Amino acid sequence: MHPKSIDEALAGLGEGAIPLAGGTDLMVEVNFGHIRPEHVIGLRRLAELKEWDGQRIGAGVTWRRIETHGPKGLAEAARTVGSPQIRNAGTIGGNLGTASPAGDGHPFLAAVDASIELTSTASQRTVRWSEFFTGVKETARRPDELITAVHLPAHLPERQCFGKIGIRNAMVIATVCAVVTRADDGKTTVALGSVAPTPIRVTGAETMISSITTPTAGDLVEFQRLVSEEVRPITDHRSTEEYRRHGAGVLARRLLERCLT
Amino acid sequence: MAPRVRAPEGGVGESPLRPDGAAKLRGEFDYAQDLSAEGMLWAATVRSPHARARIVAIDLAPALAIGGVHACLTADDVPGRGTFGLEHPDQPVLAADEVRFWGEPVAVVAAEDPDTARRAAAAIEVRYEELDALTDAEEADRSDEVFRRLRIRRGDQALHGTVVVEGEYEVGMQDQAPLGTEAGLAIPDGEGGVDLYATSQYVHVDHEQVVASLGLRPEQVRAHPTGIGGAFGAREDVNLHIHLCMLALHTGRPVKMVYQRSESFTGHVHRHPAWLRYRHEADEDGRLVRVEARVVIDGGAYASTTSAVLANACYFAVGPYRSDSVSVDGVGARTNNPPCGAMRGFGAVQVCFAYEAQMDRLAGALGMDPLDLRELNALGTGDSMATTGQVIDTPLPTLDVIKSLRAMPLPEPATSAHHSDLPGGSGLTTEPHHVRRGVGYALGLKNLGFSEGSDDYAQARVRLTSEGAVVETAAIEVGQGLVTVLGQIARSALGISNVEVAHVDTSRIDSAGSTSASRQTQLSGGATLEAATRLRHRVLAHHDGDQLDDQGVWRDDELLVEWSALGEEGWEETVTFRHPPTTGPDENGQGVIHADFAVAGHRAVVDVDTELGLVKVVRVDTAQDVGLALNPQSVRGQIEGGILQGVGLAVMEELVMKEGVILNATFTDYLLPTILDAPDVEALLIEREGSWGPFGAKGVGEPPTISSTAAVAAAIRAASGKELNRVPIRPQDIALE
Amino acid sequence: MIVELTVNGEQVTARVTHPGSLLDLLRDDLGLLGSKNACEQGECGSCSVVLDGELVCSCLVMAADAANSSVTTVEGVSPEDGLHPVQEAMHRAGAVQCGFCTPGIVVAAVDLFARNPHPSGTEIKEALAGNICRCTGYGAIIRALEAVEIGAET
Repeated sequence: MHPKSIDEALAGLGEGAIPLAGGTDLMVEVNFGHIRPEHVIGLRRLAELKEWDGQRIGAGVTWRRIETHGPKGLAEAARTVGSPQIRNAGTIGGNLGTASPAGDGHPFLAAVDASIELTSTASQRTVRWSEFFTGVKETARRPDELITAVHLPAHLPERQCFGKIGIRNAMVIATVCAVVTRADDGKTTVALGSVAPTPIRVTGAETMISSITTPTAGDLVEFQRLVSEEVRPITDHRSTEEYRRHGAGVLARRLLERCLT
Repeated sequence: MAPRVRAPEGGVGESPLRPDGAAKLRGEFDYAQDLSAEGMLWAATVRSPHARARIVAIDLAPALAIGGVHACLTADDVPGRGTFGLEHPDQPVLAADEVRFWGEPVAVVAAEDPDTARRAAAAIEVRYEELDALTDAEEADRSDEVFRRLRIRRGDQALHGTVVVEGEYEVGMQDQAPLGTEAGLAIPDGEGGVDLYATSQYVHVDHEQVVASLGLRPEQVRAHPTGIGGAFGAREDVNLHIHLCMLALHTGRPVKMVYQRSESFTGHVHRHPAWLRYRHEADEDGRLVRVEARVVIDGGAYASTTSAVLANACYFAVGPYRSDSVSVDGVGARTNNPPCGAMRGFGAVQVCFAYEAQMDRLAGALGMDPLDLRELNALGTGDSMATTGQVIDTPLPTLDVIKSLRAMPLPEPATSAHHSDLPGGSGLTTEPHHVRRGVGYALGLKNLGFSEGSDDYAQARVRLTSEGAVVETAAIEVGQGLVTVLGQIARSALGISNVEVAHVDTSRIDSAGSTSASRQTQLSGGATLEAATRLRHRVLAHHDGDQLDDQGVWRDDELLVEWSALGEEGWEETVTFRHPPTTGPDENGQGVIHADFAVAGHRAVVDVDTELGLVKVVRVDTAQDVGLALNPQSVRGQIEGGILQGVGLAVMEELVMKEGVILNATFTDYLLPTILDAPDVEALLIEREGSWGPFGAKGVGEPPTISSTAAVAAAIRAASGKELNRVPIRPQDIALE
Repeated sequence: MIVELTVNGEQVTARVTHPGSLLDLLRDDLGLLGSKNACEQGECGSCSVVLDGELVCSCLVMAADAANSSVTTVEGVSPEDGLHPVQEAMHRAGAVQCGFCTPGIVVAAVDLFARNPHPSGTEIKEALAGNICRCTGYGAIIRALEAVEIGAET
């Protein structure tokens, strides 16, 4: 079905249909024969979901648009999502719906303390990112809810830097990805993906570096060490726990250095 | 009187456009995946989920109960020989009492549509009793589970050098990953026979195996050359061929099968992973005195071409160098890992990674420039192969390769701070000051054609038609440009421009042999050259003419016979071309083992973010011994493509195995280089007369893959200071202790 | 299920087994075999089409979701006779070997030139980053696209 409004879409959800936006995750499962959704709600062309109003980014906004119009840290992340074909179809809402630990867009949302808007026929709520991501590919979205938007805070940190470690230069799942933000008052946030079941903030490292107006080389080394210690990566067929730990620390340190220059 | 036509257009030495290019560009070229027939059924394969297990029972009933299912076949339904195999028919068509690798075919089904076929395959209940799987090659060696052992001893075994370098190396399992997956269509002819259109590199050997397993007479089966989306060795072995023909004959309907990507990874052989132990000994001046090597490759569960790959690896274990004393021991292990077989480079790639690392280490130990060391020991025309003793009687411009690499200017140091010029790319991981540049060199030696006394040949036919001429062949075009080059050869030999190349099936022509081993240009090209040349002589002799061109037969500048008339006269010539004979090895691995050789060298320039271990391969330049470049553009295409496959093995490609199971059988996790990963390539083609190939041409497909991996590895070592004894090199190998 | 859409400028009615993909629809029902299935997970670009003005992987579009949409495939990019300038450039540069990636690359490249008639080398590479080629090493493809001369017809 092709709903013309969010209300129509929600009605479809109520009948057990599965939401489909860009298809870049769902269709992989379908093509592999892992799922066979009988009833699907096609959200790709639902205009309401594509609304982008200041700090409220509709769930249907594609990475292609975010590449060019998004805030720096998120735009930089968008540019690393898959390929041009994937970015034209994939949406920020879909990325959240899949909630892969390696989702390229997630660290930014964590770094700026974004919220996710969930709408059902009965109500609408916004959930802080840390409550939204509940586990590997698990979220707080209830079956009768649609992800309808992402809410960024009214005031974003002046400096935002994104980085992603991957084994090749396109279409790669992040070995580690990260966003570091630094406000004029020194407040620093550090968020990482692919180093835990969900995107995380490394609060110990954040606290340490936020209190230092002009970090020295030694401070940066310590910052890196704290980041490395706080992340909880695993070893899998893509990389090792040891490398991810190391990469997380190095990447975070470099992103901070970039924020400081 | 019309003026004489000039020399033909599109002959040897030019780069005429591919005859199939326009169709491919327009999306109109028929690949095996695109074929269909009236009343066609679709097939699917049931595969073992275990690396080793006993098959206790197979229940087909649940599948047969599904509407639209026409057949479910198991080992009991194989009419003829129950096994197949390229060199040794040891692999069951369908597993009977035991499965020996994860993914081994156990049953096949045919149904009305692909979806039903897959559901039927999933519905078949196979009860297994899991057995202990042997997944370690060294353990297999100790248990004498081997396909082949090879022993090479040459020179005084008591000879030693004063400067000694030892090393242990490992090469991971690379996959050919051609973009076109396995696909085929089998059409029963209603008289007990079948026509097969399937992805292949060698239709005649497919034909042999189908005939044997179906228990048919050879003329009852026709294997047709079919459009194919790349091969690189993955299409030499039979995979779906016998299954399709069985189903077609059983159901009486055409049957089609296409492997999806994950199944493709499971459904074809891979490059042999290898473990190599080396000892190089030289005198104080750098002369190689002795090379000892132990080469272990894992052939997986069934033989495929392990015997030949092992042989190649051992024969090329020293590389393009002389050495007074050589000792090589090779093991082709049999395990319960997925079978390995041909991949571009065929054993020579794995040893090159090791011996070139050794040569660099030796240069270091001697305090010599790495290229000086190679120059000093270079193997050239007239020398004897260090391993087999075979005298190199083909031009082998190793010294020219080295000289050319030295002469190539190095790129300017990287100054750009744009992410596209830095390791990490759009991942924005790296600033210029994090980057170290490294340069590395490597040389590689490869045989061209089949070896060890194989009676290898190719047949081609040239026919004159009212339009011009047709070259008929069963030689498979996998994208390399054979179909272009055969036309060029015929043009130059006949002296006419209007030449087409046509593929014909196994019933209409004898074998052209495999499209592999860099052999088709020389073998099928040789057959085409001889056929066209003989035909021209016969036509001229018959009409007493002295010139032939697109207009017809001339004598003393007078047109004697117009082409349209000539075309009616039924002129044709069929030639079976053989290369100079080779021999098998004696008990010490000595013999005239190979048909021809080619040498190539690569120089890699890499930028390495040493703290994160991220690599940008900036350039890979090369000098390659090509004999004569029949089609310079195609040669360059083979070189650039081969180099990128070498880059892939160096930094990103590996099938990750755990207890016999492939963990990354998708394009998400088996990473192929994208356009953003491709280095710039400068290719110098070194042409020397003297090879027996047509016009002196040598095969060019494999040399680009032999030493490109080793060169990239050497460059990363130079940039990072790390030993890096294993490829593919992972970020952690560079960044961590 | 029945899906109505516009393909290469023509209104068509297609029959597709749900939940099949747009790629299945194009190949199996409409017989447009140019788009290829090489990975069925959007990692190779050989199924690339332009959907409602955007370059996408047709294997990742549910056929039912393409209802009332407009799709351009390699067949739609190709002129009635002869070759599009992008195809011509690729032909001349030797950028076609096995050709399996070729239709996807043609569609992606034509899309690039439609948006950016004079792309830099970097822009060409970034636009083609989602198209895998296993044969050519991309060198000839890059040379081809750098040589493309787009006339008034695109």
